[in-house]
Amino acid sequence: MARRVLIVDDEPNIVASLEFLMGQQGYDTLVVDDGDEVLAAVERFRPDLILLDVMLPRRDGFEVCQQLRAGGHDTVKILMLTAKGRESEAAKGLAVGADAYVTKPFSTRELVARVASLLAGGVEGVEGP
Amino acid sequence: MLTTWVIAAVSAAYLGLLFAIARYADRRADAGRSVVSSSWVYALSLAVYATSWTYYGSVGRAASTGVGFLPIYLGPTLTFALGWLVLRKIIRVSRQRRITSLADFASARYGNSALLGALVTIVAVVGVVPYISLQLKAVSNTFTILLRYPELASSAQLGRPPVVQDTALYVALLLAVFAILFGTRHLDASERHEGMVAAVAFESIVKLVAFLGVGVFVTFGAFGGFGDLFEKGAADPEIAALFTLAPQTGYGAWMWLTVLSMLAVLLLPRQWQVAVVENVDERHVARASWLFPLYLLVINVFVLPVAVAGLLRFGPNTVDPDTFVLALPMAQGQQALALVVFIGGLSASTAMIIVETVALATMVSNSLVLPVLLRGGTRHRRAGQPRGGTRYLRVGAGPRGVGGLALAVRRVTIVAVVLLGYGYFRLAGGASLVSLGLVSFAAVAQFAPAILGGLYWREGSRAGALAGLAGGFSVWAYTLLVPSLARAGWLPTSLIEDGPLGITLLRPESLFGLSGLDPISHAMVWSMLVNVGAYVTVSLRTRRTPAEYAQAATFIDALRQPAHAAGTRLWRGSARVADLRELLDRYLGTDGAREAMGRYLGGRGPVPVPNDDQLAADEQTAADDPVRLPKREQTSVDLDRLPKDDQHAADDLVRVPKDDQLAADDLVHHVERVLAGAVGTASARVLVASVVHEEPLGVDEVIQILDEASQVRAYSRELERKSAELEAATAELRAANDRLRELDRMKDDFVSTVTHELRTPLTSIRAFSEILLDNPDLEAPERGRYLEIVVAETARLTRLINQVLDLAKIESGTAEWHIGEVDLAEIVRDAAAEGTQLFTGKGAELRLRVPATGPAVAADPDRVMQVLLNLLANAATFSDARHGRAVVQVRVTGGVARVDVHDNGPGVAADQQQVIFERFRQGSRATGDRATGGTSDSGRSGGGTAHSGGAGGRAVGGRAAGTGLGLPISREIIERMGGRLWVTSAPGEGATFSFTLPLAGHSPAGTHYQAPGESGAEG
Repeated sequence: MARRVLIVDDEPNIVASLEFLMGQQGYDTLVVDDGDEVLAAVERFRPDLILLDVMLPRRDGFEVCQQLRAGGHDTVKILMLTAKGRESEAAKGLAVGADAYVTKPFSTRELVARVASLLAGGVEGVEGP
Repeated sequence: MLTTWVIAAVSAAYLGLLFAIARYADRRADAGRSVVSSSWVYALSLAVYATSWTYYGSVGRAASTGVGFLPIYLGPTLTFALGWLVLRKIIRVSRQRRITSLADFASARYGNSALLGALVTIVAVVGVVPYISLQLKAVSNTFTILLRYPELASSAQLGRPPVVQDTALYVALLLAVFAILFGTRHLDASERHEGMVAAVAFESIVKLVAFLGVGVFVTFGAFGGFGDLFEKGAADPEIAALFTLAPQTGYGAWMWLTVLSMLAVLLLPRQWQVAVVENVDERHVARASWLFPLYLLVINVFVLPVAVAGLLRFGPNTVDPDTFVLALPMAQGQQALALVVFIGGLSASTAMIIVETVALATMVSNSLVLPVLLRGGTRHRRAGQPRGGTRYLRVGAGPRGVGGLALAVRRVTIVAVVLLGYGYFRLAGGASLVSLGLVSFAAVAQFAPAILGGLYWREGSRAGALAGLAGGFSVWAYTLLVPSLARAGWLPTSLIEDGPLGITLLRPESLFGLSGLDPISHAMVWSMLVNVGAYVTVSLRTRRTPAEYAQAATFIDALRQPAHAAGTRLWRGSARVADLRELLDRYLGTDGAREAMGRYLGGRGPVPVPNDDQLAADEQTAADDPVRLPKREQTSVDLDRLPKDDQHAADDLVRVPKDDQLAADDLVHHVERVLAGAVGTASARVLVASVVHEEPLGVDEVIQILDEASQVRAYSRELERKSAELEAATAELRAANDRLRELDRMKDDFVSTVTHELRTPLTSIRAFSEILLDNPDLEAPERGRYLEIVVAETARLTRLINQVLDLAKIESGTAEWHIGEVDLAEIVRDAAAEGTQLFTGKGAELRLRVPATGPAVAADPDRVMQVLLNLLANAATFSDARHGRAVVQVRVTGGVARVDVHDNGPGVAADQQQVIFERFRQGSRATGDRATGGTSDSGRSGGGTAHSGGAGGRAVGGRAAGTGLGLPISREIIERMGGRLWVTSAPGEGATFSFTLPLAGHSPAGTHYQAPGESGAEG
């Protein structure tokens, strides 16, 4: 069965690139561009992995992540994306329950590899681009 | 109906009321809940200045000299409004040193000179007796007039009733009784008499009300108001003359009268008593400084109207003008009002007599009688007799000490003074009401050089004060007292006409040929000349004793120390505690002595209580009277009541001075102060000196001690100042630190935000580049699309970088500005041309409403273009999707040039109107607006072409193209050029972005203008 990946980002061009990459790997994708709609989308779409941008309108990625984990969605993998590269951000991400953390601009190959690895059940730490 | 009995009964009832009030106040005072410790009561008690002279005499004087009655009230107004600090100083000094009378003050200041105190007392008594007789005369006359109702009479027609029938005598005796009852209840160390003060304050109210009552009646009842009255008055030339500052009194007389009253309001014994001695809290003086003048103003408002009314009604010669106040109501048949007026006058007289006699009694007992007795006693002791003292001093030994003797002396004095006043009235009081009072004023004015000099002139010496006062008094007596006695027939009148022994130069009313002045001015000129002259010359020529130096410093610097500071101690010596105890026993009685020691120890115990001096100074309402035992809070320790073993324990704890120990300086000072309350400072000093072996301080040592004290003060002031400065500096530093941290934080924010913004387009660029690389066999359309994205994002990145740099340069002031004259219409047209593509690409319309040649503005043309393009790009992006339209309008309003760019888009919500001007912020979704491309809604952004970017690029999706910096930069640019940029919008009604620019010829706010070619370096 095809894996499902939920893409949460509000930059259309970045979304386009992610869609292509995930599509190329054969995953089913759904795009959400607003932090408030993520929860509903997760319920509906039941993704296996979420590509979650931090800078979202109205609600930032950390809050969304926290909300998801608190809402009982422990199994879905969450990979956070952000343009801020500070150490503190990474630690914060992991603290709210993300499984991995990638800074932009990312390497496409790496991103794909990380996604695959997470979907295969691996546990990873944080690596930079 | 106004028979003798009625009037007498009403008067008696009124005096009974006074008694009741005084009694009530005293009871409350004993219970610790004083009614007089209020600044209102204080100010009212000061109004005892207004006696029957004010009540009757002002009108009389106004009737003859018009506004010439004013100086008497101008003086006190000036003194209190301007010189209340003097009064505060006096009060503070008196409190510190337990000075309880005018004589005591003079004596204390000049080296505790008993002689000076005695002289002051004598002058006071002699000077005030005529004034007292004045009051009695007023009472007697007005009583008779009232009695004769409805027949009116002038005072001249009033004979003197035989003594037995003279109301004045009975009133006098009654008042003496009142004064004795409420002024000499007991010896109070602070010499305050709360009951008396309460009664006096009440009387001030009564006389004010009564006078206002008759004033209102006359002005509005008998006539038609002020206007009517003065019109009628002006019709009569004699009366009309009263309205002017008639030169008949002479400006010199005016000046002297004002000066006299300025001094008298402080130096009359009764005024000193209520203002200084009875003062509860020196802070009350501040309020009194305007309340008391206000009272004087109010009570004098109707004087002139009543005088005019009287003259109109009675003509100038039938009725004595002094009695207009009474005669007018009587003439109109208003019996009740006339009675009220009489009571008012009675009130004025009685208040004066009561307070004056009590004040005089204190002075006589403390400064005249007791010193004589005590000196007799101590001299005998020094001669080697046993400590039992002499027969003089046995009087009063026992539980009440010498207090009984002092009280007896005072009571006798009161009666004697009152009788003297009555006697003077019967024998010599023929002059009009006013001059007698002025004679008294002139007498007490003789105190002024010594008292005021003592407060402000260090060089004033005892010998000088004695010389001045004696000389001034003599001149006063000769120029004022002698003529009035001569006129009354007690001295040959040839004295006045030809001078003593026929020497015309020494005529009492024109000494040394100085004629043409009225008697008062004449007397004042000479007496002040002699007084001040003697004071100054003798002071300068005598050397001062160390004691005098000490006193001088304490007095003059009193206000510079905090209110509770103790005086600097300037005494060295040794005394045995037993001796001091015996002193207290003898003069305060065993009860009083015990309490006095108890108070001393109460301030010395292990509990942290303020030291004794502070204690003494703090007890404003609680009098620490050694003789009576009030039920107020006490901090004393009553040794005899402690159980025996506790006593020993207490001894150790409290360091009770044992009998054979040497007394600490503190104790000696305490004893002296306590005794001063009972017998006056001079006598207290004498008494203490008699048991103490004093080591006289040399002048150098005194100076050294004083120097040290003042140095300490100076250092502590310096310390306070520095500490305040330090606090201020710290606060400033903290604020600066906060600001810096804030800036730092903002910088961090900025950096991180910029980083984020830069990375976002980079992400797309990298991602798609890698995708294209890894997928060489992508379909052409897809490949094309992705490459387009790469290119667009690159452009976006470039724009962003340029704008960030631009903004940074503008803000740091390193941007180049080329301000010149710009034709606004032309530049708008240019911008429109460049931006046409933005509109045509979208199918939107751009309209210009600009004049042919626009207003010339002072601006940098490139920057103006930049702003216009930004606004146009926004307008294009956000105008309505189907029928987009933007309008640009240029006009001049309010002295500046203004450009409006309007679009018919969805508008900007109110809460977004500030947000869009923030950096990297783009407005949140506007409802219903879907921009082309992308799934995201667009927010209004600041995207647009940068100055160096040339032609505008296509916007690919509102948000994606926007950088969030366009509007902030535009605003920054406009503001730097001296204008404003703002938005006006409501959701659904489009948005109008407007900016203003200064017209050419008005340079923008100062600093922005740069000459062409120069690089800007602006703040």
